[in-house]
Amino acid sequence: MNLPKTPTGIEGFDEITSGGLPRSRTALVCGGPGCGKTLFAMEFLVRGATHYGEAGVFMAFEETAAELTENVRSLGFDLDSLQARKKLILDFVRVERSEIEETGEYDLDGLFIRLAHAIESIGAKRAVIDTVESLFSGFSNEALLRAELRRLFRWLKDKGVTAIVTGERGERALTRYGLEEYISDCVIFLDQRVEEQVATRRLRIVKYRGTSHFANEYPFVIADDGINLLPITSLGLKHQVLAERVSTGIARLDTMLGGQGFFRGSTVLVSGTAGTGKSSVSAQFVNAACQRGESCLYISFEESPSQIIRNMRSIGLNLEQWIKKGLLRFHAIRATAFGLETHAVSLQRLVNGVKPKIVVVDPVDGLLDAGNRRDASATVTRIMDFLKSRGITVLMSNLTRGAEAPEKTQLDISSLVDTWLLLRDIELGGERNRAMYILKSRGMAHSNQIREFLITGQGIELADVYLGPEGALTGSARLAQEARERAGALARRQDLERKTRERERKRQALEARIMAMRKEFESQDLQLQELIEEEESASGELGRDCERMALSRKADRSGPQNTGEAADE
Amino acid sequence: MNESNGTAPETDLWELRLYVAGQSPKSMTAFANLKRICEEHLPGKYKIEIIDLLINPQLAAGDQIIAIPTLVRRLPEPVRKIVGDLRDSERTLVGLQLRLASPVRDGK
Repeated sequence: MNLPKTPTGIEGFDEITSGGLPRSRTALVCGGPGCGKTLFAMEFLVRGATHYGEAGVFMAFEETAAELTENVRSLGFDLDSLQARKKLILDFVRVERSEIEETGEYDLDGLFIRLAHAIESIGAKRAVIDTVESLFSGFSNEALLRAELRRLFRWLKDKGVTAIVTGERGERALTRYGLEEYISDCVIFLDQRVEEQVATRRLRIVKYRGTSHFANEYPFVIADDGINLLPITSLGLKHQVLAERVSTGIARLDTMLGGQGFFRGSTVLVSGTAGTGKSSVSAQFVNAACQRGESCLYISFEESPSQIIRNMRSIGLNLEQWIKKGLLRFHAIRATAFGLETHAVSLQRLVNGVKPKIVVVDPVDGLLDAGNRRDASATVTRIMDFLKSRGITVLMSNLTRGAEAPEKTQLDISSLVDTWLLLRDIELGGERNRAMYILKSRGMAHSNQIREFLITGQGIELADVYLGPEGALTGSARLAQEARERAGALARRQDLERKTRERERKRQALEARIMAMRKEFESQDLQLQELIEEEESASGELGRDCERMALSRKADRSGPQNTGEAADE
Repeated sequence: MNESNGTAPETDLWELRLYVAGQSPKSMTAFANLKRICEEHLPGKYKIEIIDLLINPQLAAGDQIIAIPTLVRRLPEPVRKIVGDLRDSERTLVGLQLRLASPVRDGK
């Protein structure tokens, strides 16, 4: 189903092309001078011979065999030995226009015969023609050359040879003579650009018939063992997740992180403004890892190893012993010394060599200085993916500028970070104190509290901060507040006692008043009683008086109408 | 007798090599043309060696042969190469430096 492929053996290239170059086809590798196309082609042959048992023929138009051999020796390619073992043939073809006169018809059978002879003599499966365009400067009949090139590519295909032809970048087209028109299967463009005084090489697959490929530009470097591509997309999110935990080296911080510290293989970001103790956190973490016997790689973009060692000694960390024991490896380099990609690749290579369990990047901003912002975050993403895929725990520090929100990192990598520690200054009462809290920590219950972060002669300690009506207090403000607190408590106690006494007094006073009122009531009640009795006896007298009066006036018991007459009678 | 009239120095022997690939029409034409020119201009002073690269492909590298047919003037030095079937006698003669390129034509 898929096209058969021939692996190039070039680090990263076979990954992005799902297998390499199309087998038995001719690929075009083009680009400007110094873009690395000759090296790309040479590495294809060398890896073929050393890794895949396929011999190769290199037909060079521009450099002699001796020059080529010399140029790639520094990359560890021993062309002399490969030639002696009949794994490689270097054939230098010199085209000198000034010695050639043309008259009448001709073809390029000479070239075909030479190539065929070389291929057959070692049974080559790979061939390179670097650069075929030199023919155009040697011969004047361009139409004939074009027809012959077409025939050449077809002929290579018939031979079953996987070939690379190189071409010089043209003004308008990919190549000066439009070679891309004859190469239908695979066209690769190499480029070297300088941005902000840093040169970065990039590779782009312009065309690859029958293979899905990303249209991205892939940055690459020429490292000391050849071309290295660090594919952006190849790593993906498929890494194994580890449940194992790894101590931070700060007991209290472990407690805050669900009691056990970071997850193994997670990405930790420690961000903070200058002087908040990011390097100290890193060093403490490294120190603890070395104590457990784990190997660590410390990448420093700002300080030299000896400076870090001296500084950490002042907080009671002896890092030197771990270097001597081979557990700790420093890699200190100015971020601006190389382009971004070189950093990424050298990191990758270091990790492959040292095989650390812990990697510290201090600070990760260093990479920002080496490229533009978009590149930097893409690179950091790739680095993290790469380290994650190897189960390495990474701690990166990140310098936040004062004006920015501390939650916003320079590199926009926050979403890739598993555990994020924030260090910050708290300025209060004429002093500056450090505080730490966990902004996030995926997959674990973690404390949401701010802790005061103390750098002592015995390393880092975390203390509770004072939390009260006046906010969080640290340092001497915390101590003062605690003293105030104690004085306040005493005052309150005294106040309470005073109030208790007062209450008793009030109660007694009230009771006395109640007593007095009750007595008053009783006396009033008595008077009222006497009054009522007096009244009752008085009304009894009146009744008797009336009866006596009626009797004396002989009044009958008729109705009221007779009252007047009765009265008149 | 040896005075040079603007052409290549007179030597005892012209050593010529014609590279061909089998008995192709272009190769046959080239050989015929070469033979005619030599008989006309270098009677008795030339030697033609025919190298068939289909038989001896390893010889292509020595004289840096790319195109077929190629005529190489080995002697007198310096080495000169003429590519093609040699149909244009004038250009062939100029290429072999048996004749100067125009305008100095009066030597002949």
